[in-house]
Amino acid sequence: MITQLLFRALDRKAIWLVAALLLVAVAIPAANLWLPEGSPLHVPNYAVPLFGKYLNYALLALALDLVWGYCGILSLGHAAFFSLGGYAMGMYLMRQIGSRGVYANPVLPDFMVFLNYKELPWFWNGFDLWWFAFIMVLLVPGALAFAFGWFAFRSRVTGVYLSIITQAMTYALLLAFFRNDLGLGGNNGLTDFKDILGFNVQAPTTRAALFALSAIFLALAVVICSAIVNSKLGKVMVAVRDGESRTRFLGWRPENVKLFAFIVSAMLAGIAGALYVPQVGIINPGEFDPANSIEAVIWVAVGGRGTIIGPIIGAVLVNAGKSVFTGAFPDFWLYCLGGLFIFVTLFMPKGIVGLFTRVRARKGNEASSAAEAGEDASTLPNGTPPLAKPEPAE
Amino acid sequence: MATRILSLIALLLAMIFAPVTAMAQDDFAAQVNALGPGSFADREKAINALVATGDERVPPILQALSDGDLYIRKVDAKVLFGTKAGGAFALKDPVDGADLGTAPSADIEKVKSNNGLRGKIRTAIGKMTLLSTDGAARLSAAQNVLKNADPAMLELLDQALTTEADPKIKSTMELARAVIVLKTEGTLEAKRAAVETVASHGDRAARTVLANNLDSAPEELKPVIQSGINQIDGTLVVWDVGQNLLYGISLSSVLLLAAIGLAITFGVMGVINMAHGEMVMLGAYTTYAVQLLLQAVAPGLMEYSLAFAVPAAFLFTALVGVAIERGIIRWLYGRPLETLLATWGLSLVLQQAVRTVFGPTNKPVSPPTWMSGTFDLWNISFTWNRLWIIVFAIAVFAILQIILNRTPLGLQMRAVTQNRRMASAMGIRTPFVDAMTFGLGSGIAGLAGVALSQIDNVSPNLGQNYIIDSFMVVVFGGVGNLWGTLVGALSLGVANKFLEPYAGAVLAKIVILVLIILFIQRRPRGLFALKGRSVES
Repeated sequence: MITQLLFRALDRKAIWLVAALLLVAVAIPAANLWLPEGSPLHVPNYAVPLFGKYLNYALLALALDLVWGYCGILSLGHAAFFSLGGYAMGMYLMRQIGSRGVYANPVLPDFMVFLNYKELPWFWNGFDLWWFAFIMVLLVPGALAFAFGWFAFRSRVTGVYLSIITQAMTYALLLAFFRNDLGLGGNNGLTDFKDILGFNVQAPTTRAALFALSAIFLALAVVICSAIVNSKLGKVMVAVRDGESRTRFLGWRPENVKLFAFIVSAMLAGIAGALYVPQVGIINPGEFDPANSIEAVIWVAVGGRGTIIGPIIGAVLVNAGKSVFTGAFPDFWLYCLGGLFIFVTLFMPKGIVGLFTRVRARKGNEASSAAEAGEDASTLPNGTPPLAKPEPAE
Repeated sequence: MATRILSLIALLLAMIFAPVTAMAQDDFAAQVNALGPGSFADREKAINALVATGDERVPPILQALSDGDLYIRKVDAKVLFGTKAGGAFALKDPVDGADLGTAPSADIEKVKSNNGLRGKIRTAIGKMTLLSTDGAARLSAAQNVLKNADPAMLELLDQALTTEADPKIKSTMELARAVIVLKTEGTLEAKRAAVETVASHGDRAARTVLANNLDSAPEELKPVIQSGINQIDGTLVVWDVGQNLLYGISLSSVLLLAAIGLAITFGVMGVINMAHGEMVMLGAYTTYAVQLLLQAVAPGLMEYSLAFAVPAAFLFTALVGVAIERGIIRWLYGRPLETLLATWGLSLVLQQAVRTVFGPTNKPVSPPTWMSGTFDLWNISFTWNRLWIIVFAIAVFAILQIILNRTPLGLQMRAVTQNRRMASAMGIRTPFVDAMTFGLGSGIAGLAGVALSQIDNVSPNLGQNYIIDSFMVVVFGGVGNLWGTLVGALSLGVANKFLEPYAGAVLAKIVILVLIILFIQRRPRGLFALKGRSVES
């Protein structure tokens, strides 16, 4: 059963993608640690966590694509799941600081000493154990997604209304996490991490390992997502996306399908956040900003939604562009990002991947007869419909 | 012209009577100087003579005498105000307020007073101010008496109360009188009456008075005072509810203005316009630009700048809205989620554009005088600009209702909202209706911007602060008709203000957000949902 699933999951494209990610997982740390500084292929120390961050964003984008691209749920609240995973990891890292904090309290993190806490709030218990924290990275976003999705999908909240309430959810969490009395660091969040699993978070080797883990987890997520997408369940997901009422009338339960996709997606986003925190060294309530969720949506759109590779390409490209632009022309970045939103939605509804498939379809056109090509295009999984035709997605 | 004639007459009169007033001046100066020499008895006579003049310059002089700030200059025996400035004394003429430079302490001598004199002075000042013709002086005197609760003032207060006409001053005086009665050895009946008077005032000051007297009061009076406190607490609860309600309505009016344009475009086109907040921001910046322009061209019209800003903001944002619809949104037909993304991108571009043109800092928009300041509505203090924004919101709402229900465009808009394809089949140019709807919605957002520029910072982030709240109002109210938006804005605004005292501003907002998420589960399309098959697709 599992082998069968895996076999179906690993079609040719997915195998190539996983292989490429594993190669990156080895190549970048190797180029950072073992190549001499003068070498043209040497990756400087600062770049490793930066690239690692791109891969975490790619994982977030992939998670979002699973619900938006395949299931038609435009979540504007995925930053919430990402940040919750990040906070779970951050709490573990805070407990690892021990008595090395500024106030040298062996149990309480610095901010709690500062805010006159006498003892740890109950929900901090257990976070000194790595396995507990790592389970929470999955469980907390998963539980929130379950609670939220269970109500929302059952009540048939769809389309724009769903998008708006997911945004309300992350906004409410943003406001809540800004409060000092929540016991999670308030405005400043969690920071000043010392080590993870006994290794110094600042050390180049730890950073290289975290990068490799980011790539490996992304590869794993690719396998999971392709397995889901290529299964019968995946077909039902696409059916829900394209015609929810019809799918319901055919005897499926769209709310269960959506709930499953939403929970898996939230957990993947949680993992992305958990890997993100040790690499950037801080997690604060700003990560819950609804704007972050919307930005993640544009990564998916740029890469190409409804594909596995699209969101990964989109997230890496947009974020690399952001790094370059905000460094070189800080005033222009918002123009670029905004323009990108407009351009992609207007002219590239299928994203970069869509462009490639269109080019390939055109080549096929030239080679074979028109009738065959037409059929070919319609059977392609990413066949691009003409611009003017309304999308059935909503 | 008339004022000029008047001022001319005044000038003439001044010339005629100048010697007379100068003579009176000398007279008064002599009386002031009489405070200097002689015994305390002489000084008392001089004080009585001064009080008899009823001159408004007397109270400060007597106060200075009581405080020991009055001095005699040894050279000419003139009585002066003196304040210590370094090693010497800065001198001021008490008669005309002129600055007389400084003098070393050897050149002057303090005008002495004793406790008996001070008591007389206090009564005299109280008499002069409590019975003064100037309302403000009477009020401050009454408040002074209330603060000190000097039993010697009781008689005077009773006298002042018989003639007082201003209700606010009268109520302060009554309160002061009751406080004195409670403090002195009066009969039980008088004290009971005093408690009742205080209780009937029903505000926080009165409650403090009663609470302060509760412990020192005789046993048989305590229940009376306690019931008085309870009575005031009851009134205060009512006032709190009233205040929350009023502030809630004020917040609602802002929400309504920000959300109503969004509701129109969402209802007719099924499009959530993420750049709506930026339309509000553009409206606010238009107000600012209009002000700049007026300041340069016609500074005299600054007071009426809003009269120019309102149409300018409406037209400008409406044009931008039409341009957005024609340029971007019509290409994204039937794909509301993509529209959401494109308009979000647009909002980023607009914010950055404004930041480039006007800079990232807040811009000052000065309100006209009739909109600044506060006023008291019974016990609730309220600002004028908030009141005018409520009026403005109601006006905008009414005009929109008229447009939607009484004009051909409104008819077409409602038809497209209910069933786009059928409306199209009946010959309605739906693309035109879309463009006009979007222009109208954006124009309303611009008007909201004019209002918000009066109470909020005009900055590139202005729109961002309101956009999520506006969404909440729209999804809560539903898009069936504008009443939904009104009810949505009112419930959210009032609920927010009622929650705030208990939960704090941030927690109140979180609670509201969670309540909305739960509410949407019960009614996935809002309070006033459209019904029928066309909605479902």
